[in-house]
Amino acid sequence: MRDFEYVSPRNWDEALSLGKPSESRFVAGGTLMIDLLRLDVERPAKLVDLNGVLSTDLTWNEHGLTVGAGVKNTDLAYDARVVSEMPALSQALLSGASPQLRNMATVGGNLLQRTRCSYFRDVAESACNKRKPGSGCAALDGYSRMHAVLGVSDHCIASHPSDMAVALLALDAVVRTRRSHGPRELPLADLHVVPGDHPERETQLEPGEIITEVFVPSSGMARRSAYVKTRDRASYAFALASSAVALELDGSRVKAARIALGGVATKPWRALDAEAALIGQPATRKSFEAAARLAVQGARATPHNRFKLELLPRVVVRALEQAGTSA
Amino acid sequence: MTEQSVGKGIDRVDGRLKVLGQAQYAAEVPVANVLHAVIVTSARARGRLQRLDAQPAERAPGVIAVLTPFNATKLPGAKTKADPLDRVLQLLQDEAIAYADQPIAVVVADTLERAQGAAELLVARYTEETPSVSLERAQSKAYQPKTAGPREPADSSRGDVAKALEQAAVRVDQTYTTPMQNHNPMEMHGLTAVWQSKDSLTLYDTSQGIFGVRKKVAQIFEIPAANVRVISRYVGGGFGCKGSPWSHVALCALAARTVGRPVRLSLSRPQMFSLVGYRPRTIQRLSLGASRDGKLSAIRHDVVSETSQFDEFSEPSALQSRMLYACPNVATTHRLVRLDVPTPTFMRAPGEASGTFALEQAMDELAYALDLDPLELRLRNYAERDLNEDKPWSSKSLQQCYRRAAQKFGWAKRRPTPGSQRDGHLLVGWGVATATYPARQSPSSASARVLEDGSLLVKAGTQDIGTGTYTIMAQIAADTFGVPVERVRFELGDTDLPETPVSGGSQTAASTGTAVKAAVQDLKDKLAANPAAKPTELMGEAKTQENPQRKGYSCHSFGAHFVEVKVDSDLREVRVTRGVSAFAAGTILNRKTAHSQFMGGMVWGIGFALHEHTVRDERSGRVVTRDLADYHVPVNLDVPDLEIIMVDEKDEIVNAVGAKGIGEIGITGMAAAIANAVYHATGKRVRDLPITIDKLL
Repeated sequence: MRDFEYVSPRNWDEALSLGKPSESRFVAGGTLMIDLLRLDVERPAKLVDLNGVLSTDLTWNEHGLTVGAGVKNTDLAYDARVVSEMPALSQALLSGASPQLRNMATVGGNLLQRTRCSYFRDVAESACNKRKPGSGCAALDGYSRMHAVLGVSDHCIASHPSDMAVALLALDAVVRTRRSHGPRELPLADLHVVPGDHPERETQLEPGEIITEVFVPSSGMARRSAYVKTRDRASYAFALASSAVALELDGSRVKAARIALGGVATKPWRALDAEAALIGQPATRKSFEAAARLAVQGARATPHNRFKLELLPRVVVRALEQAGTSA
Repeated sequence: MTEQSVGKGIDRVDGRLKVLGQAQYAAEVPVANVLHAVIVTSARARGRLQRLDAQPAERAPGVIAVLTPFNATKLPGAKTKADPLDRVLQLLQDEAIAYADQPIAVVVADTLERAQGAAELLVARYTEETPSVSLERAQSKAYQPKTAGPREPADSSRGDVAKALEQAAVRVDQTYTTPMQNHNPMEMHGLTAVWQSKDSLTLYDTSQGIFGVRKKVAQIFEIPAANVRVISRYVGGGFGCKGSPWSHVALCALAARTVGRPVRLSLSRPQMFSLVGYRPRTIQRLSLGASRDGKLSAIRHDVVSETSQFDEFSEPSALQSRMLYACPNVATTHRLVRLDVPTPTFMRAPGEASGTFALEQAMDELAYALDLDPLELRLRNYAERDLNEDKPWSSKSLQQCYRRAAQKFGWAKRRPTPGSQRDGHLLVGWGVATATYPARQSPSSASARVLEDGSLLVKAGTQDIGTGTYTIMAQIAADTFGVPVERVRFELGDTDLPETPVSGGSQTAASTGTAVKAAVQDLKDKLAANPAAKPTELMGEAKTQENPQRKGYSCHSFGAHFVEVKVDSDLREVRVTRGVSAFAAGTILNRKTAHSQFMGGMVWGIGFALHEHTVRDERSGRVVTRDLADYHVPVNLDVPDLEIIMVDEKDEIVNAVGAKGIGEIGITGMAAAIANAVYHATGKRVRDLPITIDKLL
């Protein structure tokens, strides 16, 4: 870890101006930033601690749930109404990391967590377009078992590690931010960007922009939601493939569906074709299977992660079955 | 008459200190004026260090020194090997790079953070050479090592295997592969080095073998061994990596000597994957031949493993295949491939852990080929004597292990057809395998005397690597002297105490337990012979050798694992849901710490089967899985309640305390039992560990 200046702003104006320079980094829960500082991946001149300004409030109203960006993952996961009204969100949170990490990690930080690509995290490895733009991608023909098959480019195949973001995506969440020139709202679906030619750019956020809240609308679909995650051990492991789904049924038929994918894509991923294929279909394993096959359309695998093409549809089917029989 | 302490499940005598955080470990022992050192390692796996720009680091705040191959003191003594457990070290003596993450510099600063920060400022330039790290691709270059493990012959042969295989009615011929694994004790390697004068050194190290460290360090610095004191009072896990002195130990001492102040050095977790050995990959071909009625006629076990370019460690995976079953025709070979990798080392049941995976899964495959219950196959080939050494067993209670564990598990209800047992969408599989590990004994020594308050003080150099040595030695001493265990204090972990062997190979209870018993007996005899003497002035002493009776016998522990797994029929996630294992390992000195040892081995067996896997990038030779998030070991949720049956066994041949050693047997056979259960659940044979989802789709 190299020397840096630690600052703890007392209000939003200070936070926004301190965070603006490109050598500044924000920290809240610290569960990832401290890691990256120690690995020498992050070398900020200034570390801006947001704990003094971020909201830690969970607020319900008739439209839905507003979550302060400083809310700890644990508090969100165990909120009684989240458990019953947005089961996919609670399940996703509890499937991630460990209790100790969830007790520290914030909702804003979870959305902005960096990839677990080991080449990104090993500074002795010179090729990583995310860490060193233009240097190449060691993962492309390296060890890529955990890497993405959707949204990949010739410059990066790092998968997005968040479980929570996948559930929020299926629940049509909206992200609220502050910038020095005014606040804005953007659908979670628009927050993250695919790597394309610029893997170093991971979100639409402008320099110094801070996520302040996440809004999750209440709905019948949210109640009928589920998160299924496959992994290499029972806990404290990143997803090999995961899926958050939300369903609206009209009798025994699907009226509306959201299918989001994790562990397989460079950003939290919506399987739009699979969703569309379900509309009007009976909520049966057969139609779930037909739709789930569309979830891997356009996927590009390596020899190491090819199994995800087979695994992912099975995960989607299981999530749909769970949601279909819940609520 | 004092109640006997041996055999009881008494609490660890050091437990309270550890729970309260008062047990001081090597890298936290308070030492005045101490500096902090950080090792900088090579990004490349092969070639030479051309240039190392140390100036920015040297100018960083708090930095006292930067040692590099270009300025480090030459240590001619570094070249010779002290003994077979010893490794060839990399001590900044030249610019050659032989593996990724080899030490290339040591940064010494006034605080740990400043040393770490400065370490990141070093800029290295290397020659560009392509490393060879693929065991599979280099397999054709395999050579025959001097030995398998430290002392067994690399090859063995009895009978005529080729002919027996040719004539066998039923055959199994398969290749099994096991991955590289790293020890990763919770306490990473670390030490504090204090030079009292230019030829007198004290090391607070975390070690399984303090006398080996003393010898090696004395040799490197060309000073008398008597001038080196190694202290290791508490060790936060060893598992084999702390059995040999590694480069960082000498580098820390070198840094301390260079700057003329005490220096502390702790490896980082990523450095644990390259600087202190590992369990090497194995490629094992196993051929079995049997008659229709399930009698083994042939076993052929050929092992290919890896070692470094500059040193030899041979994983002895075929040893158990020489002795475990009654088979007239057996041939085994061990071969090594030199790669641009660090030297592997002992890791819990080196050889048997990986070797039983191959042998015991092959036995399961043979049972299916014969349409015979896999437990029945093992009973039909029960070895009544060791056919490899052609000796009787000192004791063997494996039949009881099979029977008792099978009964407790409910094995008789097993339906043999794969996939025939279900629990909702989960496929249920049951598997069995045999566990075995040699019962070793090495020379050791101890002393004992009575204190003013009438209590007993017993001393032996030895180490407690978390296994319960403090406790069991106090129990042995208490029973020998005839006092309650609370009246005994046992001191260990210091080369100023009587010399003892390495805490490895499951031999500490047998070796140093024997010495402790003899030393206390000696004290007792002296007290009886000198009734006039002041008791506190008498000293009991013992130097013990291997029990001479052992020569005519083969000494091993045995056990049996019965395991249930559940496999998701769609998602293919495997979870171990039940495990019943029985072990017969001679006298159980402490049922509580023994339970932990057996269970620890079994839990590691779960990790061996399902999780552990160090991945090297085949282009760079660097380890990709460099932390405990990427290198998986089982978490609590992966471990069901494991039932352990300790089968009573009295063995007066093996050693004076009758203990056969329990630290390693728990892991042997466990991975095979799980793999066999996975086959029973799914009909899929996974012969390449670990068994992960992608291999079951």
